Amino acid sequence: MTEHKMKPIWFFVGLILLVMGGIIFLSGIYQFINPPEIKTVLAEIHPAIWWGAVMFIFGGILYWKTRKQTVK
Amino acid sequence: MQAIGLTIVDWVIILIYFAFVLGIGWYLRKFTTSHEDFFLAGRKNSSWVAGLAFLSANLGALELLGMTGNTFKYGMYVAHFYWIGAIPAMLFLGIYMMPFYYSSKINSVPGYLKLRFDEKTRVLNGIAFAIMTLLVSGINLYAMALVLHTFLGWNWDVSMWVSAITVAGYVGLSGLMSAIFTEIIQFFMIWFGLFLVSILGIIEIGSMKEIMARINEYSSQVSFTTLWSTASDPTQNGMFIHWGGIVLGLGFVLSFGYWTTDFLVVQRAFSAKDLRSARMTPILASFFKMALPFLVIVAGLIAIALSIDPKSGFKLLQDGGQINYDSALPLLIARYYPSGLVGLGVTALLAGFMAGQAGNISAFNTVWTYDIYKSVLNRKASDAHLLWMGRASTIVGVIISLGTAYWAKSFPSIMDYMQAIFSWVNAPLFATMLLGMFVWWITPNGAFWGLVAGMSSSFFMWLAVKFHWFSESIITMSGTQSDMAANFWRAWWAWSICAAITILISLVTKRRPKEELVGLVRGLTEDKHDQHLPFVKRPEFVAIISLIILVLLNIWFW
Repeated sequence: MTEHKMKPIWFFVGLILLVMGGIIFLSGIYQFINPPEIKTVLAEIHPAIWWGAVMFIFGGILYWKTRKQTVK
Repeated sequence: MQAIGLTIVDWVIILIYFAFVLGIGWYLRKFTTSHEDFFLAGRKNSSWVAGLAFLSANLGALELLGMTGNTFKYGMYVAHFYWIGAIPAMLFLGIYMMPFYYSSKINSVPGYLKLRFDEKTRVLNGIAFAIMTLLVSGINLYAMALVLHTFLGWNWDVSMWVSAITVAGYVGLSGLMSAIFTEIIQFFMIWFGLFLVSILGIIEIGSMKEIMARINEYSSQVSFTTLWSTASDPTQNGMFIHWGGIVLGLGFVLSFGYWTTDFLVVQRAFSAKDLRSARMTPILASFFKMALPFLVIVAGLIAIALSIDPKSGFKLLQDGGQINYDSALPLLIARYYPSGLVGLGVTALLAGFMAGQAGNISAFNTVWTYDIYKSVLNRKASDAHLLWMGRASTIVGVIISLGTAYWAKSFPSIMDYMQAIFSWVNAPLFATMLLGMFVWWITPNGAFWGLVAGMSSSFFMWLAVKFHWFSESIITMSGTQSDMAANFWRAWWAWSICAAITILISLVTKRRPKEELVGLVRGLTEDKHDQHLPFVKRPEFVAIISLIILVLLNIWFW
C-alpha cells in the first residue's frame, strides 16, 4: 500500500446521490410544468420531485460531511 | 412487452453510474500496488464498510429479480431466505467462526482447509468454488441482459457483453477494493432506486393490509401471506414445503453453508482492519439483511395483488408459454416510475447485477490465484506475478461467465438455479467446515472423502430428479413439493452424507497432532475475544439484539 491518501467511500456515495437526486428533482419539476402525454400510475403525486429531493438532501449531507476527509 | 423508451434524463442517470464505477476503478488503481491490496483491499476497512460490502456482495440479481419473482411464485415463504435462512448463520459466523478465519491470516476459505486439513482438500474446494462462482456470475449477466432487453429492447448478446466488459474493467484495475467501493454505492442505489416501488405500490392499492386481503381472497386454499402458520402441511403453503425442510434444509444447511463458507461474502470480512471489525462485519450486515424483505417481498406481493385484479392491466411476461417470474420487478418500475426515476430504477438493477458479478469475479480471481495457481501450478510465483495473475484471471473469469449466462437462461427461475448450485457445493462444505473447526480428531482423509461424497451425492440427486431416474418425493419425503423444496431437502441430504462419511473415515485414518491445530480448532484455541470491551460494545451484545429482532419479525408475520 502506498502512502497516498484516498477519499472515503462515503464521499463517493454522497456525490453520486447528490448528482442523481438533483437531476431527478429537476426532471420532476419539468414534468410538473410540462406534463408528459403518457402518464404512469400515480403520476399525479409527482414522485420524481419528492424522491429526487430526498436523494439530493441525503447525498448532500454525506458529501458535505466527508468532502475534506481522507483515509490511508 | 413494448420496450420502454428512455428519455435523455434516464440515459444521463445510467451513464453517470457507468462513468462513476469505471472512474472509481481508475481512481483506486494507484492505491493497488501489492497482491494484498488487490485481493484483500489492504485489510484496512472498518466494520461498517466491510459489513455493507458483505451484504451487497450477496445483493445481486438473486436478491432483486429472483426474490421478487419468487415471491410471485411462492408467496411470503420467500422471506425465510432473509430471516431464518440468513440471520442465525451470519451471527454464527461473526461470533464463532470468524476468529479462526481472521486470526489464521488466510487469503481465502480454501486456504483454511489447507491449514486445517491438507493440500488436496484445499484444491478440491478451490476448484469446486471456482466453477460455482463462474456459474453464479453467469446469473448476474443473464439477469442484467433481461433488464436491458425488457426496458431498452437491447439485444441479449450486446447487453451481456457491455456489462461484462464494464465489470472486467473496474475489477481488473483495482480488484477487491473497487469491488467493495462499488458494492457500497450499489447498496444505496438499490434502496433509493427500488424502495420507491414498494411505497408507490402500497399507495396505489391502499395499504399492506389490503394487499394481504386481496391475495388471501384470491387464494383461499393455499396461503401466500404467512410464514409459519401453514408450514405443518405442504399442501397449504405456496412453496409446498414442510417446516422441517425450511429449518433443516434452508435454515441450517443451505444458510450456514452459504453465509459461513462461501468465500464471495466471507472475503469482505477478511478485508476488515482487525479481528473485532471482522467479527462485527456479518453481525452489522444482519440488520440490513432483515430489512430487505420490505423491498423485494413487498414488491412481489404487490405484483400478485395487481395481477389478480383484471382492472389493473398488470401481467407478467411470458417466455415460450412459461411465465417469466423475474419480470415482476422491471414491470413494476415501468408502471410507477416517470422519466428520471426510470433511469434510477434501471441503474439500481444494473448496479445490483454488476456488483453481484464483480463480487463473484473478485472471489474467483483470489481462489484461482492462491488456491489453484500458486498452490498447484506455480508455487514460487512472486508478488508482482500474483498481482498480474489476479488481473488476468479477472478477464478470463468474465469471459467464462458469459458462457454460463446462456445456460442460466434455460432455467425457469433464477433462484431455483442458484439453490441447485449451492446444494452441490456449499451444503457439503459446511459439514466439512463445522466438523473441522469444532472437532479436533477429524482427519485430512476424512474431510477430503466426505467432501467428495457430499458433492457427488448432491449432484447425483439433482441429475436423478431432472432425468426422472427417481421421484422427487424420495428426497422430500412428501407427495407434494416444489423445485425449491427439493433443493432444500437435497442440501440437507448432501450435508448429512458428507458429515457421516467424514466422521466414519476419520475414525480409521491418521489424525493430526493436537499441537498442529492450535488456532484452527475450537477447544484447542483461546476463545475469549474482545473481553477488554464493555459488554455493550462487544459483537455478542449486538448479535443478541439482531436475534431478538429476528424472533419478533417471525412472530409478527407468523
